[in-house]
Amino acid sequence: MDDMLNTQGHVRLGSSAGQPLTRRDGILKVTGAAPYAADARPEGVLHAVTLAAGIARGRVARLNSAAAEAHPGVVKVYTPANTPALAVSPDEKIHPFVWRMEVLQDDRVRYAGQPIAMVVAETLEAATEAARLLAPDYEAEPHRVTLDDAEPFDTETTAFGRPANMTKGDLATARATSSRHVTTQVDTSAQYHNAMEPHAITAQWVGDRLEIDTPNQAIGLSKQTFSAFLGIAPEQILLRSPFIGGGFGSKAILYGAQLLTILAARDLERPVKLALRRDQVYGPTGHRAPTRQTLRIDMDDMGRITALDHDTITLTSSFDQFLESASNASHSLYAAPVLRTTHHGRRADVGTPGPMRAPGEAPGSAALEIAMDEAARAAGLDPLDFRLLNHADTDPASGMSFSSKALRECYAEAAGRFGWAGRPQEPRQMREGRLLKGWGMGTAQFPCPMFQAAAHATLRADGSAVVETSAADMGQGAWTALAQIAADGLGIDIDKVEFRSGHSDLPDAGVAGGSGHTATAGTALFNAGSDAVRQLADLATQDPASPLFGAGNAGVTARSGRLWRNDDDRSEAYEDILARAGLELIRGEGTGAREGEPTHAMFSHGAVFAEVLVDPDLGQVRVSRLIGAFAAGRIINPALARSQLLGGMIWGIGMALQEEALHDTRSGRFVNNDLAGYHVPVNADAPMVEAITVHEDDPFVNALGIKGVGEIGVTGTVGAIGNAVWHATGVRPGRFPIHPETLI
Amino acid sequence: MTSTLNITINGAPHEIALDDPRATLLDVLRERLGLTGTKKGCDRGQCGACTVLIDGRRMNACLALALSHDWAEVTTIEGLAEGDTLHPVQQAFIAHDGFQCGYCTPGQIMSAVGLIAEGEAGLDPERVREGMSGNICRCAAYAGITDAVLEATRASGTRTEDERTDA
Repeated sequence: MDDMLNTQGHVRLGSSAGQPLTRRDGILKVTGAAPYAADARPEGVLHAVTLAAGIARGRVARLNSAAAEAHPGVVKVYTPANTPALAVSPDEKIHPFVWRMEVLQDDRVRYAGQPIAMVVAETLEAATEAARLLAPDYEAEPHRVTLDDAEPFDTETTAFGRPANMTKGDLATARATSSRHVTTQVDTSAQYHNAMEPHAITAQWVGDRLEIDTPNQAIGLSKQTFSAFLGIAPEQILLRSPFIGGGFGSKAILYGAQLLTILAARDLERPVKLALRRDQVYGPTGHRAPTRQTLRIDMDDMGRITALDHDTITLTSSFDQFLESASNASHSLYAAPVLRTTHHGRRADVGTPGPMRAPGEAPGSAALEIAMDEAARAAGLDPLDFRLLNHADTDPASGMSFSSKALRECYAEAAGRFGWAGRPQEPRQMREGRLLKGWGMGTAQFPCPMFQAAAHATLRADGSAVVETSAADMGQGAWTALAQIAADGLGIDIDKVEFRSGHSDLPDAGVAGGSGHTATAGTALFNAGSDAVRQLADLATQDPASPLFGAGNAGVTARSGRLWRNDDDRSEAYEDILARAGLELIRGEGTGAREGEPTHAMFSHGAVFAEVLVDPDLGQVRVSRLIGAFAAGRIINPALARSQLLGGMIWGIGMALQEEALHDTRSGRFVNNDLAGYHVPVNADAPMVEAITVHEDDPFVNALGIKGVGEIGVTGTVGAIGNAVWHATGVRPGRFPIHPETLI
Repeated sequence: MTSTLNITINGAPHEIALDDPRATLLDVLRERLGLTGTKKGCDRGQCGACTVLIDGRRMNACLALALSHDWAEVTTIEGLAEGDTLHPVQQAFIAHDGFQCGYCTPGQIMSAVGLIAEGEAGLDPERVREGMSGNICRCAAYAGITDAVLEATRASGTRTEDERTDA
């Protein structure tokens, strides 16, 4: 752990939080025993395979159902002609986090990749072949699939109902009085989450109770959504999601094939399993929409920003709305006294986009950091000096103070580690052999939301405990980090904590997204533990037979499975208190949420420095070094936090240099909907990536001081790589991913 | 038409009456034998999640028709540990946090076991990264994976080029 800054004076909650414990689910994962949804094999399970639309707009005129049904092993072929109706129309917006789903309720084709039929068979091989035999005929209509030809529309809101436009101050006056300005345009591409686990579901009805195994980032919310569309009570649904094979936002929103599988299981009275093929993930399961961002930065003669104007044009589907809120990345990062952010929507015949790791912030930060480097150059300043000069001491958008902001420390730590000092200001000054070498940087920022969570913590007669909340572990380490927090809430060793999670019968832990899950579910678990300890203390301090009797005024402290008097050194073990009270257990309850209106602006921050090597003849770019320092409040588990930050930074490499989903504009279909054509970073693409955490106490963000580390690593990084490419080549990237041919 | 597949998996011989010649080794392992530790990430040989050892060589089980491996010896992730004692590669993946969501992990570990046996990468981090680049980890736990492979290589006693030269 020599690349983690081990901060001095870190106040631990107790024995567990703050420790780099290995993952509690590690043995399950390295032995292949961790159960994922497609691993379920209930007795008599049938296999479902969907057929994806091969046009982008029109209707399905004919399907050869007879050929598919005649294939040996096929049980049933579902088409719009025979698919059971949903209890609620798929056009109904039952809550803001449900996207319109394709559940074979009509014969329209709204995007390529949309499911247009589903075959259920005794074997996967039979279902796969029969789906092919359906050989659809279409009545195709003219389609639009790119930002350039899509239909513009006005919008009041972007993703999650955020206001589309915001203005602070007088832009016209600021522009008229500025001494210089730069205008930049940056395009970002459509990207797909490509979690290693393709979306899957195994569904079975046990009487009138539905049991589903499906990876899900929002278990409580999804149970409600399923219940509404199926017309059954939420209590009739059991959703298991102990392990999510990568989510990144794509498994927070439900998609039609899940409901189709459930309908088939009810219709056929047998369990049905469906796992999308990799190519079938493209279209119906959300993606990061492309953006075209234009920024104008006005400055005074010292290089101080006097106005920042950030506009985003982005794409959504023809039938639903999710607009990437990229311009909002400019709200709170740099000290702009005058600020305008705007968004414009366009509609195309594509699947509805959705949240993808750092939605809004990732493309917004990419464009903003390119613009900042261009502005630094216009001001004649080093990129880091320019950012320090324009450091926001209060949040420009809200005017509020930051709850904590160790960004200056991040700059210093990462710049020092990288060796930024002495960087030549002009491009094309450094070489390594025949390769051009460049250095660039970017600032990272991500908000710290909290959602709603509930938890139980039960102390048992033997001094052990069971803690419960239906959290979602998609790799961030909820099984471990949340147990660490729960152990501290109870004042016992983590080895005595049994953690039950990923199951819809447990108290709801809210959504695993927005980098807010550890803060939210962790707060609920900590509070539940504290509630159990409080009950235990009441028992002991009122019991004349306890050494804690009468300690009420001075109080007691929970530590190492015992309650300790604060006024002397006497203590009593939990199990002894419970035994004398004749209790088998004591159960505490807790919730986690942000209370009241925020009084501070709350963000994690970071600084990322990149070195690239560019082949001057071929334009190929390699990221040879990437160093980030991040201030993200209290770090519960430094090992897991480092992995999250490194993962986010490597996502930045993908976004900067590789990831781009392309449509064939003639057919409207995807060109590269597989892992051979859609490139994501592999091991050799990330030779030297370092993540440093900088100490940060935050008394306002929540009682535990937790911010979040899941998404911030993507921000800052993309721009840093783009700026390093400029430094190597003198070419300012106008789009991500950067294409080699633009550099030669 | 039913065919007979004789195959040894994790040391245990199986005689499987296979009713469908289209079945891949991956789907036979997962759907017919219940060995679900081997994962399907792409079904096209592009991601490495299904990596197993076939006669000691690492291969993508999704690209292998089961019947084309009659009489083969297959090792899957379930066959690596000895009882409760983890294989050194498994231990190293835990120690170095060489995974996050865990879905690519069985394939990564089998690939690492194969790579170490090949002896081509040794203790050169760049060659380890190259040798492990057929296994995609979308969580990007690559630093931990590389460190884990290097540690397990050291533990296995594989000598580097330098050491061989020195000796």
